[in-house]
Amino acid sequence: MLLRLWRDSAWRAVLFQVLLISLVLLFGGWIVDNTLTNLENRGISTGFDFLSQSAGFGIIQSLIEYNESLSFGHTFVVGLLNTLLVSALGIVFATLLGFGMGVARLSSNWLLAKVAAVYVEVFRNIPLLLQIFFWYFAVLSVLPSPRQSLSLFDIFFLNIRGVFLPEPVFDAGGMIAVWAFVVAAVLTVGLVLLNKRQRKNTGRPLPFLKATGALLLIGLPVVTFWLANGSLHWDVPHLKGFGFKGGIELLPELLALWFALTVYTAAFIAEVVRSGIESVSKGQKEAAAALGLRPGRVMNLVVIPQAMRVIIPPLTNQYLNLIKNSSLATAIGYPDLVSVFAGTTLNQTGQAIEVIAMTMAVYLTISLTVSMLMNMYNRWVALVER
Amino acid sequence: MLNINNNKDALAPVIDVSQVNKWYGQFHVLKDINLKVMRGEKIVICGPSGSGKSTLIRCINALEEHQQGDIVVDGTELTRDLKNIETIRREVGMVFQQFNLFPHLTVLENCTLAPIWVKKENRVEAEKTAMALLERVKIPEQADKYPGQLSGGQQQRVAIARSLCMNPEVMLFDEPTSALDPEMIKEVLDVMIELANEGMTMICVTHEMGFARTVADRMIFMDDGQIIEEGPPETFFNNPASERTQQFLGQILSH
Repeated sequence: MLLRLWRDSAWRAVLFQVLLISLVLLFGGWIVDNTLTNLENRGISTGFDFLSQSAGFGIIQSLIEYNESLSFGHTFVVGLLNTLLVSALGIVFATLLGFGMGVARLSSNWLLAKVAAVYVEVFRNIPLLLQIFFWYFAVLSVLPSPRQSLSLFDIFFLNIRGVFLPEPVFDAGGMIAVWAFVVAAVLTVGLVLLNKRQRKNTGRPLPFLKATGALLLIGLPVVTFWLANGSLHWDVPHLKGFGFKGGIELLPELLALWFALTVYTAAFIAEVVRSGIESVSKGQKEAAAALGLRPGRVMNLVVIPQAMRVIIPPLTNQYLNLIKNSSLATAIGYPDLVSVFAGTTLNQTGQAIEVIAMTMAVYLTISLTVSMLMNMYNRWVALVER
Repeated sequence: MLNINNNKDALAPVIDVSQVNKWYGQFHVLKDINLKVMRGEKIVICGPSGSGKSTLIRCINALEEHQQGDIVVDGTELTRDLKNIETIRREVGMVFQQFNLFPHLTVLENCTLAPIWVKKENRVEAEKTAMALLERVKIPEQADKYPGQLSGGQQQRVAIARSLCMNPEVMLFDEPTSALDPEMIKEVLDVMIELANEGMTMICVTHEMGFARTVADRMIFMDDGQIIEEGPPETFFNNPASERTQQFLGQILSH
């Protein structure tokens, strides 16, 4: 009887799974128990009470109001936002640069193709940390002092303290217009989705889709701006004392990390894009060319849309790598989540388990969100087959 | 149709291939090819695989580059001049063995892509023309489906309609039925025969000898990069002059 069960493949599969799960649970239980016992023996308190204690240290860049009297909870949010900022900047620019380089590498222009090839081979084969140091120490720290700033039209300034840009300042009415734009953008995305569904079901697109979209995106903000009597002025940075006041300030730490992440990841994205483009059959290009389409059009209208479904999964990997690599910020003191929370905050509170767990949870959440969004996009561009 | 180009002469050949040679590295694929195609003429090219027949018609719309000789299409000489290549590709439609429909676009979008982007037609106009042509190849009801949802025969008919949307002077067919299941070959050939009856200038590389007998004005047999024999279908099938033609016909007509 037992022997027969043992030889039954279905039963055997169940048995192995039960065994494996018990082992994992047993091991997990032992780890938790062991940790709790040790913490108790050493008299370390557990829990998240430390988050409301005053932090007592400053942070050089914060997207929200922050000073050292605020709590560790605030340092967490500041670090998180800084991580999101540099990741978002990195992803956008790495995508643009990567696509450009990937297409260039396949160009029939010998020089362009070789430049792209050299770019890819150089930047993907040098450690990222070294590249961050390169931008931070070799490029940005040899820039002139604020008084000798390099400037463009006396509006944009570049010096050893970073980059200074004019900042648009809206009053209350202006802010309503900004929100109106956000609403218009959401509505437009909704319309596009609706159009896709309708087209699939009935074969007929929504009438005047492009006109409606343009009207929403431009008209709605303009009209609300006018109705709310909004105003907008530019806060232009100006020299004051030894530094610059006003405008948007981009610290050298942010710039170095942003450039390094962009250039490094773009090299990988270029390869992803190249392989995606090469995966589209030659016949597609020939058919498009035979119809009289120019090479650029063939690329944009026929090849890239088909290459996207091959490109997206590995592109998602590159995005996730970029986000996780942004934690190298610590090396040059950019105040990202790892630096201010898993670094300074951990040192000051000693709540290693809680801090590390929170930090890990954050990276997990960001990464899973990104990959979910990319999967949605992938389904969107997937080919319809019988 | 209004003719602005002075070079266009009803009596001049619409395609004039003279002394064309082409090599793939060391391999001499086309050897001294001469071919004149008159307006409205239907030519069927056959020959064993590797004989250079596909390469020849692919040279006519510059999908392949020839190294020696001249190709003139409807008064435009095929050089490396991109403008000329563009002009020629507008005048010459091509249908491929593997259909090569764009899988990310619907049938209708496949048909309107080139008219909109190359001829700058407006979308409504282009869609109207496309629907009329889909009607002609008898699949207007599939207009909003994607190529992946169609059978091979339907896809090939869409491919023909897609080429016709550019209103070409000449149609090139590169083994249009070779990738099809037997029961679908007829629906594609029927469309091609209809097209031939309407007076389209056609060059077809095919092994469909029934089709060749029905529509061809002239048969061409190629082997080893050369035109071995050409002539009207009756003589070609009944009294082939060359031994190699006889052998080839014997092989493909024996069953």
